[in-house]
Amino acid sequence: MNDLSLKDSLINEEVYVDKIITDNDIKRRLLDIGLSRNTKVMPLFNSVSGGIRAYLIRNSIIAIRDIDAQNILVRRAA
Amino acid sequence: MKEIKMGLAGNPNVGKSTIFNSLTHSNQHTGNWAGKTVENAVGIMKNGEEIYKIYDLPGIYSLLPHSEEERVARDFLVFDDYDFVMVVCDASSLLRNLNLVLQMREMNCNLILCLNLIDEARKKKIEVNSSKLEKLLGVKIIECCAHDNKSIKHLHDEIIEYSQNIKRVPKRNIVKYPAYLEKAIQMVVAQLQHINLKISKRWLALNIIRNDRTIIDKINSQLGTDIMTDEMLSALYKIKKMLLDEDVLINEIDDVIVNAINDKASSIYEQVVTSKRTKLKELYLDKILTSKLWGIPIMLLFLGIIFLITIKISNYPSEWLFKMFSSLEVILNDCLIDLGLPSFLIDMLINGVYKVTTWVISVMLPPMMIFFPLFTLLEDFGYLPRIAFNLDGVFRKCSSCGKQSLTMAMGFGCNCVGVTGARIIDSKRERLIAILTNTFIPCNGKFPTIIAIITMFFVGLGTDLKALIISTLILLLIVLLGVLMTFIVSKLLSKTLFAGYPSSFILELTPFRRPRIMKTIVTSIFDRTLFVLGRAVTVAIPAGFIIWILANINIGDLSILNHLTSFFDPFGKIFGVDGVIIVAFLLGFPANEIVLPIMLMCYLNTGTLVDYSNLLELKTLLIDNGWTILTALSVVILFIMHYPCSTACLTIKKETGSWWYVFLSCIIPTILGLLCCFIINLFLGPLV
Repeated sequence: MNDLSLKDSLINEEVYVDKIITDNDIKRRLLDIGLSRNTKVMPLFNSVSGGIRAYLIRNSIIAIRDIDAQNILVRRAA
Repeated sequence: MKEIKMGLAGNPNVGKSTIFNSLTHSNQHTGNWAGKTVENAVGIMKNGEEIYKIYDLPGIYSLLPHSEEERVARDFLVFDDYDFVMVVCDASSLLRNLNLVLQMREMNCNLILCLNLIDEARKKKIEVNSSKLEKLLGVKIIECCAHDNKSIKHLHDEIIEYSQNIKRVPKRNIVKYPAYLEKAIQMVVAQLQHINLKISKRWLALNIIRNDRTIIDKINSQLGTDIMTDEMLSALYKIKKMLLDEDVLINEIDDVIVNAINDKASSIYEQVVTSKRTKLKELYLDKILTSKLWGIPIMLLFLGIIFLITIKISNYPSEWLFKMFSSLEVILNDCLIDLGLPSFLIDMLINGVYKVTTWVISVMLPPMMIFFPLFTLLEDFGYLPRIAFNLDGVFRKCSSCGKQSLTMAMGFGCNCVGVTGARIIDSKRERLIAILTNTFIPCNGKFPTIIAIITMFFVGLGTDLKALIISTLILLLIVLLGVLMTFIVSKLLSKTLFAGYPSSFILELTPFRRPRIMKTIVTSIFDRTLFVLGRAVTVAIPAGFIIWILANINIGDLSILNHLTSFFDPFGKIFGVDGVIIVAFLLGFPANEIVLPIMLMCYLNTGTLVDYSNLLELKTLLIDNGWTILTALSVVILFIMHYPCSTACLTIKKETGSWWYVFLSCIIPTILGLLCCFIINLFLGPLV
């Protein structure tokens, strides 16, 4: 497995969701916005105040905090 | 007369409220950010003898609620007795919207789908094949552009046509789950055979397997019996074992369900949408608005421009209103004399009630009529989520979240709106922090007085551009002081009363939209300005009575008001102010606008509110009564840091359901404000 966390993916790099490894409330929300297995995600830009990053998910721009993004395992395109 | 009940559901920010307003001719506030509608709004659409009751539900991403407003919407969709639901989708982000549509389809309720913003999608070169989508989903689809009257008429007609002959949506299992889950669903459905339910048993079975107690309990109370029978529990036990054999833990079942739904959504999307768009247009703009270099300066510039315009322009209509009301006062006075009313009553009505009420209108209405439309334009454009994104890091350090910045921004207009707006924050802890700290944001009621004091004591009375810029800068500094206090108090609250980790937070940066200028001006005046003004006037009328009584009824040689000011004088001196200022703040509880007029009334001993349109005279009067630059500074600080106005307090009670939080929201800023004044006067007092 070449899993890395979404937090560590690079800006403008297309990655695919493998798994969300948290049982917090946030997991449900991440799933709701479409972050399910094999969903393509592209990190877009960081917040000026840090700790949160905007991603392109299913044609929408969604900001996720790094603390949550590190629990989203993704893989790079083959 | 036939009554039809229709729900309006959909993801946040897909234009539900715009459709709702157009169909029902309402003025529900719309805005370009997720989570704007926080409670069900009801409107009426008429068609001859038929009445359509339309429920505008808060935006939801799924039927499994995450926050309070989502629960409101979910409960309506699952448990309410409606005729049908229209789910609104944004044609340009259909992929994400389909998640909810598929879940609702699974629930098997009477459903039609409104494909909104179809024009915007086409502009972005996204084409949706609606007839194919209709076939795949098995529900009626209506294309719509909510801003276009013709399109709304078409939607209106289609809704009526559909409702004349509501067909039960054909039962079809659109989403296919893995074989083991399908088997588990069948096992649970078998246990539900004898129960008569409006909602789909398949959908309920899924939620029983997920062990969603909110749904199970509600169904139990609806049916008056427990669906979790021994047989059901034993079936669930078998299912648990079966899942383990498949290497699936029961707490992973949500993933399995959502994966299946999202996979289906993707597959439908691939079949019906052709997109020629290569790159998101808004990305260029977003990169500037959120850039490390420009993000914050642009935000300050936007706010600065709004303040500048509000300050500069609102003086003119204010003066005009004052003049109009004083001419009316003469006429009204004559009428009351003609009616033969006793002179004390006339004095009470004119100099008490009428004066206080018209005062509040004159000073509140113009800035609100300018501030609200300008702010709404920013909101319509979609800028607010970018502010939340830029500032989230700072809020996170205060154990709060970036959405609090949106409630703060709303607080500039009116703290009541900011307090209500805090519902967009998912976590209760962070919502309470946002509510309790909203008063540090100076609302429109405080601005005129703060500006007057700045002009008199810090800038000089010139009217040139330089003076204007300096006063705007000082005003910005004062606003920043409020923001700083918000951060400090948020941090303190999260470490003490609301100790705990910040809950997770997701923010959608909604697409930019061209603001509709005329519509914005009209609706923000009706929707916000008149609403806030109406509430202020309701409080101003009784306040007028009380102030008149205090100022005009004497005990001994002095009025009650004079007794009060002398009583509070030694207390005020500790904080660098006098008894008059303390009493003015106390009596100004109904509205911050009347604090300065009450001070003048006390200083001049007039028994009625006094105009301060001439700032030079006002300054002389204040200095004659012992004001120094330090007094002015203390008053400005107290304006930023004291208890919320009465209307805001009532709103806090309504939102939190507890007087304890009202108490906290009053006591925290007041103590901090007095403490700041005490420290400043301790150190700077000897210098002045």
